[in-house]
Amino acid sequence: MKNTRYILAGSGVALATLLAGCATGPSSADLDAMAIKVVKSSFRDQGIAKVDRLNQDATQAACSSGKAPPDAVAQRLQAEALATVKWPTGGQYFGDWVAGEKLAQGGRGMTWTDKSTDPKANGGNCYNCHQIDKKELSYGTIGPSLWNYGKNRGIRDVTSDAAAPIVHYTWAKLWNGTAYAACSQMPRFGHKGLLNEAQIRDLMSLLLDPRSPVNQ
Amino acid sequence: MKKALTTAIALTVCAGAWAQGKSAAEGIAEYRKMLEDGNPAELYEAKGEDLWKKKRGPKNASLEQCYLGRGPGVVKGAFVELPRYFADAGKVMDLETRLVHCMQTLQGLDGAEIAKTPFRRGEMANVTALATWVAAESRGMRFNLPQAHEQERLSFEVGKRAFFYRAGTHDFSCASCHAVDGQRIRLQDLPNLTKNPGDGIGFAAWPAYRVSNGQMWSMQLRLNDCYRQQRFPYPGFGSEVTIALGTYMGVNAKGAASIAPAIKR
Repeated sequence: MKNTRYILAGSGVALATLLAGCATGPSSADLDAMAIKVVKSSFRDQGIAKVDRLNQDATQAACSSGKAPPDAVAQRLQAEALATVKWPTGGQYFGDWVAGEKLAQGGRGMTWTDKSTDPKANGGNCYNCHQIDKKELSYGTIGPSLWNYGKNRGIRDVTSDAAAPIVHYTWAKLWNGTAYAACSQMPRFGHKGLLNEAQIRDLMSLLLDPRSPVNQ
Repeated sequence: MKKALTTAIALTVCAGAWAQGKSAAEGIAEYRKMLEDGNPAELYEAKGEDLWKKKRGPKNASLEQCYLGRGPGVVKGAFVELPRYFADAGKVMDLETRLVHCMQTLQGLDGAEIAKTPFRRGEMANVTALATWVAAESRGMRFNLPQAHEQERLSFEVGKRAFFYRAGTHDFSCASCHAVDGQRIRLQDLPNLTKNPGDGIGFAAWPAYRVSNGQMWSMQLRLNDCYRQQRFPYPGFGSEVTIALGTYMGVNAKGAASIAPAIKR
């Protein structure tokens, strides 16, 4: 056995104990607990990626099976997420769409081969999942197309009262997208410190500014 | 020379595919056609076969008596039935952890040291070559993992849960990219690994030679880099989560023909 011990830390023991305990096989809840134990025993710290990243918050835990959580749970998580949104300092929602496009292209950040957790070192990963500017042919399809995002929503002047609901929604979506869909696949860029306020302003301009290439 | 040449061809093809907005799959298909039967993985296969037959280690023994699940020394067909339960170890093992087990028990090499060795270095590079050869010996055969032993069924159930486990800075899980048909990241097609994704796709393709970096990647390294991109911490080589994910993907791939070692972007 000595030769194989390196492969399993402590979870194998838990498996064996559990197996001995119930001849009919473990319940689904037992299996859930076992899986968490296996996950927690299988990783180690590497660079900036520490094992505490395995600890789930309520949203992650509720969205970790193939099934959506019950409506009541989803509603509560969404309301809690909306309350986490930090609205921009001085009501300044917009920045520079050129910088926004650069951020949207960037896919780096927060892996164990990255040096810093400072948002300035991070990309937005946007093109990984979304079409944005049509000129970029290399785009992913996990999220919806964002081509003409502002134009399709009738944004002619981002400072107008008419634009305000979309502007607020888009900011909150970028800050913590689970405010509108509890199990959204989109990273919570502001909430999790992946992008800072200035970077989110730049993405807001890319998506909403009528002069942005996205809205031509 | 051959490697330098094929890498150069690969870079040209990939750059071409990107520029023209072709899907990665189309680019790779073109590349495969250009190479005809010249998959650079063959070099690793040959190395793996030599390593299998060569007397090595403190016990000066070969791996020819290594039990991969179908009898001592039986290689053909072993790959498409792994991970599976091994009574001598008392647990489920995948191909790579089983090879390390044999290197320790038959050859007297230090399994714990090998497991700690970074990919592509020292004995770990040998494990990858061995896995490449063992996989190649099952080329064209269909996946059919055993699920008779309760540990095998547990491994599947744990793997399924691990597959959907969201965590980390970006809230990603395996399912973020691999639970829906027909999606892409940038131009890279993503297999749906919650079911049989088809012959030679997903679990039925690794180990694979990667043309983008000129490296031979085992399944353990494939999973390791998935977790890196998921922004998770570092999964131990042969850790239980990696075995369970292998069981989950392997069982789901039932009926899929193996093309491993494949050639990949």
